[in-house]
Amino acid sequence: MKYIKDFAIVSNERLDDRNVLLKLRPVDGQMPDTKPGQFVQVQAPAAQDTFLRLPISINNVEDGLLWLMVQMIGEGTRAIGQMKEGQSLNLVLPLGNGFSIDEFWNTDSRSMRPQVLLVGGGVGIAPLLYAGRVLKSRGVEPTFLLGARTASGVLERSLFEQIGRVLITTEDGSLGTRGFVTQILSDSQIVELSSFSKIMVCGPKPMMIAVARCAKQNGVDCEVSLENMMACGLGACLCCVEKTINGNLCVCTDGPVFNINQLTWQI
Amino acid sequence: MANLTVKLSALTLRNPVMTASGTFGYGLEFEDFVPMSKLGGIIVKGTTLLPREGNDYPRMAETASGMLNCVGLQNKGVRYFADSIYPQIKDMDTNVIVNVSGSSPENYAECAAVIEELERIPAIELNISCPNVKDGGMAFGVTCEGAASVVKAVRKAYSKTLIVKLSPNVTNIADIARVVEAEGADAVSLINTLMGMSIDIERRSSRLSIGTGGLSGPAVKPVAVRMVHQVAHAVKIPVVGLGGIMTAEDAIEFMMVGATAVEVGTANFIDPAVSGKIVEGINRWLDSHKVKDIREIIGVV
Repeated sequence: MKYIKDFAIVSNERLDDRNVLLKLRPVDGQMPDTKPGQFVQVQAPAAQDTFLRLPISINNVEDGLLWLMVQMIGEGTRAIGQMKEGQSLNLVLPLGNGFSIDEFWNTDSRSMRPQVLLVGGGVGIAPLLYAGRVLKSRGVEPTFLLGARTASGVLERSLFEQIGRVLITTEDGSLGTRGFVTQILSDSQIVELSSFSKIMVCGPKPMMIAVARCAKQNGVDCEVSLENMMACGLGACLCCVEKTINGNLCVCTDGPVFNINQLTWQI
Repeated sequence: MANLTVKLSALTLRNPVMTASGTFGYGLEFEDFVPMSKLGGIIVKGTTLLPREGNDYPRMAETASGMLNCVGLQNKGVRYFADSIYPQIKDMDTNVIVNVSGSSPENYAECAAVIEELERIPAIELNISCPNVKDGGMAFGVTCEGAASVVKAVRKAYSKTLIVKLSPNVTNIADIARVVEAEGADAVSLINTLMGMSIDIERRSSRLSIGTGGLSGPAVKPVAVRMVHQVAHAVKIPVVGLGGIMTAEDAIEFMMVGATAVEVGTANFIDPAVSGKIVEGINRWLDSHKVKDIREIIGVV
């Protein structure tokens, strides 16, 4: 079931110069069921160039609060970033398929715990916090590989560290390994890719393609979360399509998470 | 409560509010948000004789008070519609109307003939105005000869209510409307999207894969209202008005210039429940203005 709901802003925390973390409570007290990897469509406060809703991935759902990490890149996202505690936002949710975490439901506690690698770049780390938390609650050992331009761009680092092992790369070397996430993926001294039963990726497309290539070379199942521009978020307008082996599919309803084997990327 | 019933030729609508093709999927996508029984009708996705993949991504660019799209009639073809979609939507409690497109008068007619066989589809909307396909679409809708050739062919193949959707990308839309009426259309709907362009100045290229797209949303509404006014004075058949309707007041504006019914399009993307709210809003407006029958306001301007 999908809903159109008003949420009250409980807090709006500045994470760095470009990103804020909003914690929202449903005004009617009823939090819809959500899955990691799903997203919401936010109605931004009125501004001339914001007409459509803004798709934002779910960063976390905890203690009756929905967390959204918003990168302030346009008029609409900047307006949201400036909103204050007590103001309300209208959301359509939950949207999209989410990461395939259901296969980890029946993890047998006696056998070896499955390992999942979650790779995020920039604000793309947002859905991985929620995914990591839920995976851990199902007996999975999550490892996070977070990439950013610089140390301050490694968002929610301490929260990730509470859930699992965290590896970091920064382009300027100010934190973790200098370079891109692929630097670490290609170094078997740091991570043994074949030990993972799945890799989940969210970030800039070139990064996702590079990670998908590493996953394929090592025979590890890999899924990526896409962020094609969309209008409706409901599979009606067909604007956000991605080419797949089954033709053009909507990122909003058939995705945003796709297994790399479904896509026509050259990897 | 005022009487909201209107008629498009033989087709009776419980109220004048329908949803525009390409903005409401097959209705199924919106069932969580609006009961179909609230709507006068829904016009489902553009359907063609053969499957179409549509244009490449990116297909959408947001603009001031509107959006451009160049989807390009992605659909799985009329056979798939008849076999797989129709069974899911045929019992919806509203008029389910299929938007039909094509690349020649013959394949428009062939597609319409398949839909004629579907008992619970009381009407089609003939799309001679899609700006986003190379073969056919708008090419037929921008000349009197082209429009006449498609409507003539489809009229022979299709006996139920035939609505023809007109392009605003013409010199004189009233001329096209008159030709369409003469060839036997039961109603016309207008406007389809206005052709536009938007440039990413950093990349020095169009924001859309095929360069151009169709503009929709409140930005186009004054143009649409003017054209509905013009067409309503040019033809005797009912006119369905659309273009940037976001509220009940917008819908009433279209009806006052001569629309018998309206279609809500892009607004569905912003508020998936908006079509139902527009019905309620029209009702409230009529009551507060002591209008007993919606037909009293049609064409008063």
